[in-house]
Amino acid sequence: MPPESILLQFLSGSVGTELIDDPAACELLLRQARSANLLSRVAVLCVEKNLTPRLPQRMQNHLQSAQTVAIANHRSVKWETKQLERALAIGKVPICLLKGGAYVVGCSVAAKGRVFSDVDILVPKERLEETEKLLIESGWMCTNFDSYDQRYYRSWMHELPPLQHLKRGTTLDVHHAIIPPTARIKSDIDKFWECAHKVAKRELLHVPGDQDLILHSAVHLFCDGELENGLRDLSDLDLLLRGSSVSDDFWSGLLARAVVLNLQRPLFYALRYCHVLLQTPVPVQVLDVATQGSPGKWSVKWMDFLFCRALAPDHISCNDRWTGLARWILFVRSHWLRMPPLQLAQHLARKGYKRWKKRKASV
Amino acid sequence: MKLSSLPRSELRRRLKKEGLGLSIGPFNTKLTSPLTVVAEGLEQLYGAFTLTNDTDFIDFRVALNSPPGLRSWFRPQVNFSFDGFVPFKPLPQIQAFAMFEWGLNWVIANNAHQYLIIHAAVIERNGVVCILPGTPGSGKSTLCAALVCKGWRLLSDEMALISTTTGDIYPVPRPVSLKNQSIDIIQQFSPNAVMGEVVMDTAKGTVSHMRPPQLSVEQSAQPGAPGLIVFPKYTSGEEPCLVSLTRASALLKVAENSFNYSILGLQGFDVLGELISKCECYEFSYQSLDAAKETLEALI
Repeated sequence: MPPESILLQFLSGSVGTELIDDPAACELLLRQARSANLLSRVAVLCVEKNLTPRLPQRMQNHLQSAQTVAIANHRSVKWETKQLERALAIGKVPICLLKGGAYVVGCSVAAKGRVFSDVDILVPKERLEETEKLLIESGWMCTNFDSYDQRYYRSWMHELPPLQHLKRGTTLDVHHAIIPPTARIKSDIDKFWECAHKVAKRELLHVPGDQDLILHSAVHLFCDGELENGLRDLSDLDLLLRGSSVSDDFWSGLLARAVVLNLQRPLFYALRYCHVLLQTPVPVQVLDVATQGSPGKWSVKWMDFLFCRALAPDHISCNDRWTGLARWILFVRSHWLRMPPLQLAQHLARKGYKRWKKRKASV
Repeated sequence: MKLSSLPRSELRRRLKKEGLGLSIGPFNTKLTSPLTVVAEGLEQLYGAFTLTNDTDFIDFRVALNSPPGLRSWFRPQVNFSFDGFVPFKPLPQIQAFAMFEWGLNWVIANNAHQYLIIHAAVIERNGVVCILPGTPGSGKSTLCAALVCKGWRLLSDEMALISTTTGDIYPVPRPVSLKNQSIDIIQQFSPNAVMGEVVMDTAKGTVSHMRPPQLSVEQSAQPGAPGLIVFPKYTSGEEPCLVSLTRASALLKVAENSFNYSILGLQGFDVLGELISKCECYEFSYQSLDAAKETLEALI
């Protein structure tokens, strides 16, 4: 197993008051949280636990600074969603916020100290072209003009190439599905839309159903391979699960919903790693039922080896000799899940050739 | 204990191994680097700074290393990293010390939102802190360097850290960055000024750093109360000209020069409003440093 992480211990609740007289532990927590993009969340949790005023002054300063960043982030995402609604008002295109934006606008527990760099939205596939046109008219521009990348996104991916607003510089990812159409697992996006609910007092804005919020977060984390923010996303899942688990029928509802959306595999991983790494109180029976989505005993051992490293904070104090390799393997795996082998081979060859050409040009 | 009292070999050993801890204004900073340019820069310019103790809480850990691979032999480069994170592209290794200064500016501007941070030189005389907000080329660093060479206290040549709770300005007196002709101008204006290595062909042109006054460094734990905001502008061939600014337009101009005004939101507006209400605000065009000094000293 990789070295123990004080950030994981703090998030799971096993370290708290111990920080009060231990500046060295505080500093390590600060460093790990900063590199995992979780400092703002740690700041909010410290306030909730009534710890903040008892921590070293320097630690308090960093927490105050991080909390300010999260508040600014939330203010900005709310503003962005207003602008989006305005841009798409003519076409009355329904917008479903995903991930961070959905947590904040939907007032979810996972909004707690959540920071993000882009806004993710989902629109119906048949409205995609119209959406893009309206967004461009309102100042969102495509930043990637490479024709291969354009084709890659448009024919194989579940999202458009990222858009950036000309004036505000904010980044927008427009999705039409939660999984690439070329991926091994298929999930019916219409069913996802059915459970999305409208945000109060807003015209076009929706957030996913409570269970779907969790399932989408799981898909994103365990199939997308962008693990730079892996622990932040796992902590989102942990908060969502802890927040919802108070109601009795929550777990059975979640398991059933995973079957409907065909997302048992990502849910299995989500419950497993929340439980293992963050001590999320998932009932034993639920973990048992979730093993229906398990890839098999030996695969799980292998995945444990990879995810327990890749989901640790991306900080020197949490790495062992396998961490870099584990992250790389999971990155390759995400591509493997995303497209059939032949297509993947083509894609990698194209990318490799382009990189080589670019390097040659720069020398 | 001060950096200057550390034996040379020990300074270099710490830089290479566990890192050299320095108390830089409100921030304890630990720097690791095997590069000679960095060690020399520190010896020249950071002598008066206090070293941190082993048990002190370190706010920022930064490192300057040469990137691995062939480039360590052929036209060597340097990377700046903040606790393992590399925010910039590498620079030629000869710019390593300047990169430490720029990198630390970036770290502070992005991680210290307990302050409203304004891009400005900050100096003090007779208990009155004067903020010189600067668009590039306005000559704020030159004016700041000149005044601190003549007895003004240096709080910072790059950023005003305004406490969001008390409204006081916290000093980070670090070496003053001088560009192009300013280097010679300051050397002529104050022959005693100690300059670091002159580095040519950086992104900002020719660059050198001036050692901060020892007294300013020793007083770096004492915040000051703001009283004056002056927008300097270097114009050739003119008598110094001081034009009073209305508070409203001063507020907007200062906000434009702030690194984190939008991040602080309403709090930023309140802190800035409070600041402006305590200050006299001017636009100031000058050519001769002597005349500029006289004009500003007459205000305080």
